[in-house]
Amino acid sequence: MIEIKDLHKKYGKLTVLDGLELEFKKGGILAILGPNGSGKTTLIKCLLGMVIPNKGNITINGKSVLKKWEYRNNLNYLPQIANFPSNLSVIELINMVKNLRSKQSNEQELISLFGLEEFLKKKLGNLSGGTKQKVNLILAFMFDSDLIILDEPTTGLDPISLIHLKDLIRKERVKGKTILITTHIMSFVDEMADEIVFLLDGKIYFNGSGEALKKQTKIDDLERAIASLISKHYV
Amino acid sequence: MYKILKYSIFDLLRSRWSYVYFLFYLLLGFVLLFLNNDLSKAVITLMNIILVLTPLIGSAFGVMYYYNSKEFTELLLAQPIRRNKIFFGQYTGISLSLTLSLVLGLGIPFVSYGLFRTSEIFDFTLLLIVGSFLNFIFVALSYNIALSTDNKIKGFGYAILMWLFLSVIYDGLFLISLLMFSDYPLDQFSLFATILNPIDLSRILILLKLDISALLGYTGAVFRKFFGTGLGMILSLTALSLWVVFPLLLMRRKFNRKDF
Repeated sequence: MIEIKDLHKKYGKLTVLDGLELEFKKGGILAILGPNGSGKTTLIKCLLGMVIPNKGNITINGKSVLKKWEYRNNLNYLPQIANFPSNLSVIELINMVKNLRSKQSNEQELISLFGLEEFLKKKLGNLSGGTKQKVNLILAFMFDSDLIILDEPTTGLDPISLIHLKDLIRKERVKGKTILITTHIMSFVDEMADEIVFLLDGKIYFNGSGEALKKQTKIDDLERAIASLISKHYV
Repeated sequence: MYKILKYSIFDLLRSRWSYVYFLFYLLLGFVLLFLNNDLSKAVITLMNIILVLTPLIGSAFGVMYYYNSKEFTELLLAQPIRRNKIFFGQYTGISLSLTLSLVLGLGIPFVSYGLFRTSEIFDFTLLLIVGSFLNFIFVALSYNIALSTDNKIKGFGYAILMWLFLSVIYDGLFLISLLMFSDYPLDQFSLFATILNPIDLSRILILLKLDISALLGYTGAVFRKFFGTGLGMILSLTALSLWVVFPLLLMRRKFNRKDF
């Protein structure tokens, strides 16, 4: 479904993505892992068209997405930091995003799932970090799209909301959606991901299932297996 | 684009600053008219204020709005909308809301004074047109500055410097060079130098219409000699339009290449 070929991105002198190649089939959960600054967010933003790569190509369902915008109609995105215009209220923001897409949305269900009814009329600037993240999640899950990209979805969530989030992701997987997740929480990856991509210095360092990673590193704990991958590289 | 435009105007109309700006012009209009009791004098005073103030407010609001709406922009960038539409929508939103403050703020006192019964209505209308042009020009210029640097303080500083340069320093340099090269024919130089500064251009445009030779100055006189009042006005209006078009083209180039 997604095919990334020879992707290069530099910020000034800093090389973030260095000839990255990745292919991912439709359906399932792909976890993109890597130490801080390894290019996870840049990769995702290239997919979204927010960052313009220096070289390379990205295709979704066989069509190049560079400099295009229509494909985003079939893509939901959860940004890493939930920054919203502070003088809009929650419901105004939701209605605005709904207005921008000509698609069915199920925000009511999500609002009651995360218990946000009492916050709907509050200004986004006055919400706590966790509540903002819940709003963020509603915006990311309210449309029915084939591709869902989640950048650090667990940030600031309480345990109950985390369980709701996992249920949501599982539901979408059952529907045959493709879900890309970046996170630093390994238990979350271990529990959810079908496939792991490990990024290091702008290249794919490992690509396969969690089991394969454990076998390769001969460590039975995913967190330690990942840590050993990183430390091997730096030794 | 209209959806984005709608939301940015909606957002701006709720901000305190639009009202402060509007109330300032409203107060200024009333004070000038009812203390002065002379429409044509009021128009000249207003011209001097508008020529300094609209570029300053346009530059400051432009950069501020860009930085403050960054989150909003990022949210929009992930939606199925063309980049051009996002930025032109926001740009038009801020320029229109500033123009609205100017036109309503000055229009209300002048209309209530009985402007429609006088011959000054054309001068006054021209003043508002030029003020609106300056809004669109300086918001575009400051948007370019904001797009070039992610550092808010730097962006704000550059915008203020640009305003200072075009409204004060430029004239100083212009005068010095006129004095230094006074032995040479300077007609073409001064025409050219005026076209390169939108504030000077606006001043000449208004003075040509007001037809006050004492205030016209050297360049104004050259302008009138060269083109006559009618052609001079058309020419300066065209130059002002180009001052909107070129920064906008540059802006489009910038944001189509920018990473967020």
